[in-house]
Amino acid sequence: MAKHEHKLEIFRGYLKFKSNVQKIWGVLIFLSIVTAIEVALGIIKPPILMNYFLGLKLINWMFIIMTIIKAYYITWDFMHVRDEKPFLKNTIILPLLILIPFLLFILLWEGSYIFDVMLDGLKEWDFDIY
Amino acid sequence: MQASSLTKTENNSWGGGGAKPLDAAYGKLMMWFFIVSDALTFSGFLVAYGFSRFKNIDSWPIADEVFHHFPFLHGVDAPMYYVALMTFILIFSSVTMVLAVDAGHNNDKSRVAFYMLLTIIGGAVFVGSQAWEWKNFIKGEYGAIEIQNGEILQFYDIKKDKRIPIDEFAILQSQERITHDDNVGVWYQSEYKLPEITLSEVMEGFKNNSAITVRVEQLNDKGQKIILSREDAEDKLSSATRVVKGANLIRNEYGNPLFADFFFFITGFHGFHVFSGVIINIIIFINVLLGTYERRGHYDMVEKVGLYWHFVDLVWVFVFTFFYLV
Repeated sequence: MAKHEHKLEIFRGYLKFKSNVQKIWGVLIFLSIVTAIEVALGIIKPPILMNYFLGLKLINWMFIIMTIIKAYYITWDFMHVRDEKPFLKNTIILPLLILIPFLLFILLWEGSYIFDVMLDGLKEWDFDIY
Repeated sequence: MQASSLTKTENNSWGGGGAKPLDAAYGKLMMWFFIVSDALTFSGFLVAYGFSRFKNIDSWPIADEVFHHFPFLHGVDAPMYYVALMTFILIFSSVTMVLAVDAGHNNDKSRVAFYMLLTIIGGAVFVGSQAWEWKNFIKGEYGAIEIQNGEILQFYDIKKDKRIPIDEFAILQSQERITHDDNVGVWYQSEYKLPEITLSEVMEGFKNNSAITVRVEQLNDKGQKIILSREDAEDKLSSATRVVKGANLIRNEYGNPLFADFFFFITGFHGFHVFSGVIINIIIFINVLLGTYERRGHYDMVEKVGLYWHFVDLVWVFVFTFFYLV
């Protein structure tokens, strides 16, 4: 079946593999390295990464970014999205890209709001005292 | 020849009648739509977990302290190593799946079968590991005390500067009360198994050992659980209601009940996906062995089940991050 053509470049063309099988192993090595870095960071917990940035610790931002990188390579290379037509790519990716950040933002914001209310807002909501 | 193959596909309307929207096979497209909706389901669960966590941001259990077991290494503190290994096993089984799909494109029956078998083994090992994780989580290790307002108090040895399990310091008393089983009563009634160590035994042990104090759910600004002074500990323990060992859906020794609820629900739902993935893989594997796809002329089914399998791997990457790392 000659119709199964694979794009063999990853990292925007910096790394080009000779065959699809080689690319699979290459991506596995990359994913393993990222996972190893994640676990190492989680065990060492460098103090410099414990500072807060936009409501989250820097280390957690790093975990989330590395997870998204891993998700990208799993979908693009293992699930062959890289070889699909642009319209199909968008059909799959855009709903997730729009809905998940929306849900995430709205519920996490609400969660921390409720935390604040429970922490020091309770007296204001106790109408007996007025 | 051309005409006969055309009529054959036209009759086969279940498979889309040979239509290829977006240059993808009909079944593959449907698998993608299923994956998109399932991804939204999982993100709903994970975001709900995030909501509860942000709501209790100053008292959430610390994952490193909960998941620190490794098979055959008893008493060794190995935070996350086993989950990392499980992640690697699942990613590796994803790789063997892509290799099976790739062999399918070359119509290489024996290699498809070989890689499918490896994938099934990887999936089974993963499900087994998850069952082991659940066993440790449910059994618990240190035990704790619940007080009247629902807070969980864990015990801490000041001298050794580490947590102390309740069975190490509790003073055993003779017990008159035994679990009521359904074979001894007037009618077939029974009750939940009584805890092995009673509240009064723990309290007695606490009174007689001045090196023990209490750790509360609240975190300090370094993200560690706050350890109370002995006097504050005695004060808190005066309203103790029960001993908690291990975890269930109502209460757990690690802290907030929601933590265990989400753990059971999300990893359980994911584990169910892996389990059904293994079953589907076995079905496809048998079909490969029987030569069904060789006769059909293409291994598209392997590709479709492969998509599902990668998706399961993808979800685990997120569960791993948000449950164990963050």
